[in-house]
Amino acid sequence: MSENDNAVLAALATVRDPELDEPITRLGFVASCTVSAAGNAQVRLRLPTYFCAPNFAFLMVADAYEAVSAVPGIRHTEIVLDEHFASDAINTGVAAQAGFIRTFDGEAVAELDGLRADFLRKAVMAGTDLVCRPLLAAGATLADLAAMTLSEVPPSPELDRLRRRRAELGLSAGDGDPLLVDPTTGAAVGTDALPLHLRRARATRVGIEANAGICSGVLRVRYDTKGEGQEEEK
Amino acid sequence: MYEKDGERYFVVDTHMHYWNAAPDNWVEGAEQYAKGWIECFYGYHGLGPENTRWPLEKYQKYSEEDLMRDVFDAGHVDVAIFQPTDLREWYKEGFNTTERDAILFEKYPGKFILNTRWDPREGEDGLKTLRHNVERWGCKGVKLYTAEWRQGSRGWKLTDPEAYRYLEACQELGIKNIHAHKGPTIWPLDKDAFDMSDVDHAATDFPGLNFIVEHSGIPRIDDFCYMATQEPNVYAGLSVVVGALMHARPRFFARCMGELLFWVGEDKMTFGSDYAIWEPRWQVEGFVDWDYPSGAEFDDYPRVTVASKKKILGLNAAKLYDIEVPAECRLAPDQGTPAARDDSVAVTADSPSA
Repeated sequence: MSENDNAVLAALATVRDPELDEPITRLGFVASCTVSAAGNAQVRLRLPTYFCAPNFAFLMVADAYEAVSAVPGIRHTEIVLDEHFASDAINTGVAAQAGFIRTFDGEAVAELDGLRADFLRKAVMAGTDLVCRPLLAAGATLADLAAMTLSEVPPSPELDRLRRRRAELGLSAGDGDPLLVDPTTGAAVGTDALPLHLRRARATRVGIEANAGICSGVLRVRYDTKGEGQEEEK
Repeated sequence: MYEKDGERYFVVDTHMHYWNAAPDNWVEGAEQYAKGWIECFYGYHGLGPENTRWPLEKYQKYSEEDLMRDVFDAGHVDVAIFQPTDLREWYKEGFNTTERDAILFEKYPGKFILNTRWDPREGEDGLKTLRHNVERWGCKGVKLYTAEWRQGSRGWKLTDPEAYRYLEACQELGIKNIHAHKGPTIWPLDKDAFDMSDVDHAATDFPGLNFIVEHSGIPRIDDFCYMATQEPNVYAGLSVVVGALMHARPRFFARCMGELLFWVGEDKMTFGSDYAIWEPRWQVEGFVDWDYPSGAEFDDYPRVTVASKKKILGLNAAKLYDIEVPAECRLAPDQGTPAARDDSVAVTADSPSA
């Protein structure tokens, strides 16, 4: 694999399925990725079903276009979504940088920032469960958690990810900011509200992880090959 | 009926189909959608145990004999509930229509409950058809698929004013059970098509109706749990939850069940195989044998008992549909009330912590 191929694949690894909050490479959604000597990148994406929600599909194709176009040395980017009911509309719309409303003329009233934010809030809730569960298992009380700042949590990849998602949403994510915040208002969550907040955080994580499990299973039935950059399943 | 370890389980399959998705039923010009739809189902089929998988050709169109054997003879089901989905823009005679299901409903008295469907975009004609179907077949429930494409429209919401007219008609006609099923499209396309806030509103505005959310809201099981705990007339349909996860992803299945048992409660969960996506046999047998795997992550979920499983597999649905349960399959008086609305957990900020 050439240096350019690697750089493009690394760029694709920054693109996430907004619903599953995982890189499209890890999910097996990158069917192929080639870069010509002249710097033309061609990426083919694939999804678990022909009827995956078109708004999420559009976001992944558009994000892939943006990420690959930004790789130094890439002169032309083509992202092709294969075998989806809205492939033609999405591929053409993204190539023309038309945005979602113009791509789905008459069928959409807004761009997808609101949808993306809704799912980032879910990612924050799921991340909250991932970070808090070990703390509770180690003996932290609810009052301890409510008083904790981000810098007081032992470092972990889960914590880094939670902070990044909070920052993406425009929520506080600094060292001195509270560990537990409401993902809609950004306000700190007090001890009284914490049991319900943590229950919801866990339900959100269970939902996302179950969806990812179903998607990867269905993808494997549909395509019997590993995607570019897809890791072996644990 | 299924018997295991001296316990008798009355089984109601609340969600099954008799479809025809073979190429000769594909609408000209819409072949790619008809093909895409059934192949999407086939992907889900592949999440069941290997020895229960069918070739695609059989999966597109299975016979009456297949259905009767898989569901009743081998599948342990006592009563099966048809949930029609029309999709007439893609399939000439429709995919799994009330009329097609009615063939078996009429031929095998006592085996099936025939639900019908409606679509608010069909206006007065659709209301007429609904009345006709209720008069003809005594339908007590409807299946609503909000993502159906119709004349350029990609879907609808239960809160659309026209939908409320249909819900009012349901009340009038004695239809009690509204099975709501979300799909990937809706208008406008920039919104999350799987969002259930319309079901939430409708459930509040129609307290006399039961809203069974199919697939327990998957892929929005978290939103569903939080909605269901606040609405006494919202129930969890377990089709897909069992079929897609119990075999393929047992740990995720256990966690989803734990969440549903906590937020929704065992009185408000109903089994459905989603046949022919999956056969009921392995689902019924597996569920009766099921318990949480060991591990601290499952410790604080509500426990499941034989009584819980009896309710989920059949007694809750029997209550919702007024199905007579044989005496030997009923619960003892101290084992709770199937389908009890008031026994929902009603999780609030004051509930005990995780």
